[in-house]
Amino acid sequence: MRITRITKPAEVQEVSVPDLSLLDPLITKYKGKKGNLIPLLQGTQELFGFIPAAAFEKISERTGIRLSDMYGVATFYAQFRLKPVGKHIIKVCHGTACHVQNANAITDSLKEALGVADGETTPDGLFTLESVACLGCCSLAPVMMIGSETYGKLTGGQAVKIVKNIRIQESN
Amino acid sequence: MQTTVTVGLGSCGVAAGAGKTYQKISAIRDAEHLDFILKKTSCIGMCYREPLVEVTDETGTYLYGDIDEEKALELIEKHINQHSPIREWVVQTDLFEASENDFAASQVKIALRNCGFIDPESIDEYEARRGYEAIRQIAASGTTREDVIQTVLDSGLRGRGGGGFPTGLKWRFAAGNASPEKYIICNADEGDPGAFMDRSLLEGDPHAVIEGMIIAAFAIGASGGVIYCRAEYPLAIKRLNIALEQARQKKYLGQQILGIEGFNFDVYIKEGAGAFVCGEETALIASVEGERGMPRKRPPFPAASGLWKKPTNINNVETFANIPWIILNGAAEYAKYGTEKSKGTKVFALAGKIKRSGLVEVPMGISIRDIIFKLGGGIQHDKKFKAVQLGGPSGGCIPEYLADTLVDYDSVNATGAIMGSGGMVVMDETTCMIDVAKFFLDFTQKESCGKCTFCRIGTKRMLEILTRITEGNGKEGDIELLEELAYQIKDNSLCGLGQTAPNPVLTTIRYFRDEYEAHINHKKCPAKVCKTLLTYEVIPDMCTGCMVCAKNCPVNAIDGERKQVHFIRQEDCIRCGDCFTRCKFEAIRVF
Repeated sequence: MRITRITKPAEVQEVSVPDLSLLDPLITKYKGKKGNLIPLLQGTQELFGFIPAAAFEKISERTGIRLSDMYGVATFYAQFRLKPVGKHIIKVCHGTACHVQNANAITDSLKEALGVADGETTPDGLFTLESVACLGCCSLAPVMMIGSETYGKLTGGQAVKIVKNIRIQESN
Repeated sequence: MQTTVTVGLGSCGVAAGAGKTYQKISAIRDAEHLDFILKKTSCIGMCYREPLVEVTDETGTYLYGDIDEEKALELIEKHINQHSPIREWVVQTDLFEASENDFAASQVKIALRNCGFIDPESIDEYEARRGYEAIRQIAASGTTREDVIQTVLDSGLRGRGGGGFPTGLKWRFAAGNASPEKYIICNADEGDPGAFMDRSLLEGDPHAVIEGMIIAAFAIGASGGVIYCRAEYPLAIKRLNIALEQARQKKYLGQQILGIEGFNFDVYIKEGAGAFVCGEETALIASVEGERGMPRKRPPFPAASGLWKKPTNINNVETFANIPWIILNGAAEYAKYGTEKSKGTKVFALAGKIKRSGLVEVPMGISIRDIIFKLGGGIQHDKKFKAVQLGGPSGGCIPEYLADTLVDYDSVNATGAIMGSGGMVVMDETTCMIDVAKFFLDFTQKESCGKCTFCRIGTKRMLEILTRITEGNGKEGDIELLEELAYQIKDNSLCGLGQTAPNPVLTTIRYFRDEYEAHINHKKCPAKVCKTLLTYEVIPDMCTGCMVCAKNCPVNAIDGERKQVHFIRQEDCIRCGDCFTRCKFEAIRVF
């Protein structure tokens, strides 16, 4: 449709092998401590932006935490990602206040503009579209957050424009 | 007296651009070598007028609203350099009538006593406003643990996280269980969408929460403390960490605190990983222990066997923030506010279709109508007030005709809603109540941890029924089926999430049954929200044939020549509403 022209043609995404040695300090810090599983996973995600399968295996081997337990925890909490994310994560707030101010229109417009579903990453690896529960900026509803920048009182069109501008900056 | 300029840098403010305003003012001050003190504070509560800048000079205090970079420039030039305040930008002051003066008038600030007044990153500023005086008083006067518990009990303070359980009683249980190791947990996992008072408190006055925890630790004899905070609140976590470090340096945390024999206590922050169910005490404990945050059967209650199977006391952020004030001012002073069974004040986060969204703290027993119309300034665009949602996904919708309900635990519970943590989302005539119920159920359905069958599967079935109603496939008997499922889920779930998940549906059925019937029987959405039930039509008398709608229709469903009346082909229309919003002549009708 109209807005799809801003989507670049799909590029083949290079899957880089993460440097697992980055995990060593983290493992040393938390190994053997009780209640360490969530901080370990949070630390891993901070390093790689997501939790690579190989990281699970390495942590399990070194700490003795069972893979099944790790997977159980990683899939339970909304924070953890098992797939790589785009360079920019677009968090569209779907809290109550944003919902009644039509946050769905924002997500719908972005879905159409980016050509991805909620939770997916664009093929060029530039954007990941996410719905989040509440960013706590209810007075500015509807709100979205890209990186550490928050955009308030949006319409679908404005949201698309903001994303479009980022894309133009990226291509320069 | 030296002039002070204070910029509100809470999350809301930063999102509205307060960071840039601060930098701008700082840059002008440095460039022009101006003589004023520039300070930071956190949420002032008036989120709807962010960025907020407060100027205090020899004549008084002026709070300016909507100060972007450009306005900041002018503000400094006029108010600081020329000593002439810009009256029309002032939103609140004691000196003259300003637009938002009444916003502050009916508030009583106890939990929020320092928010917007101090720099949250400075322990000195907290101490200057009687901070840590309560715990020093306890240490100096030889107050016993039992005295502290009795004071909290006498104050009538009830859990501000939503449960409303008397705080003193909870402390007494935990104090009564002898163990060399006990824990205090601060529940800062504010998961309710539409609620942000805990975030503002943590960002605005972290020391008050920490001092409350220290007093609780003294009262129950705890040695370890945990603040379980949402990872989505990075600013709160940052400021908490700063505050904890400062408290350690000043020996409010550590060994033999303030010389009290055997009182060792320290606190660390645990970042939650995003699970609504972790608001439930036992699930929260599981999460702190690094497990999946699933609740377990009670008893044993956490007061007997909690974190690492040791006696544990869990309170909410706002509850802790009240404690130092109560100790300092006495139980009777706190109990002066409120109603017979709900004492003190409550912080509410006003949001939704209300003119002044923000944070307010009011005495219990004020009516909902007063909060919305007196404090909140009424409904945006002066539309018709329809309902207010209290208590988030566990709460319910209170309709306009019950708006005189007083805000206290029992009166709110009687309506089918709950006080909850204090999120108040206001809805007007353009909000569809079935859509709202569906929204909450969609949330609880996703957040159900899956342990109890009725919660896991029941909420899913309810969501399916609601979805089909909003899509025009509702059937006779759907309302009854929803009710039947709702009561079964309430009765057969282990924790608060399942026991309260059906509340939004039950209250909307109770108060807005006609809307459900319109959806089911007439396939119409009276609030014009549910897309599939809408029809868009051109009003021939109004159409000028400008062709804007036809050109922009994403599915080319609009026919018509220039200067001729247009026509929407219903079979192709996807009801996106684009034509409706674009038409400058109000020639499109929705029904």
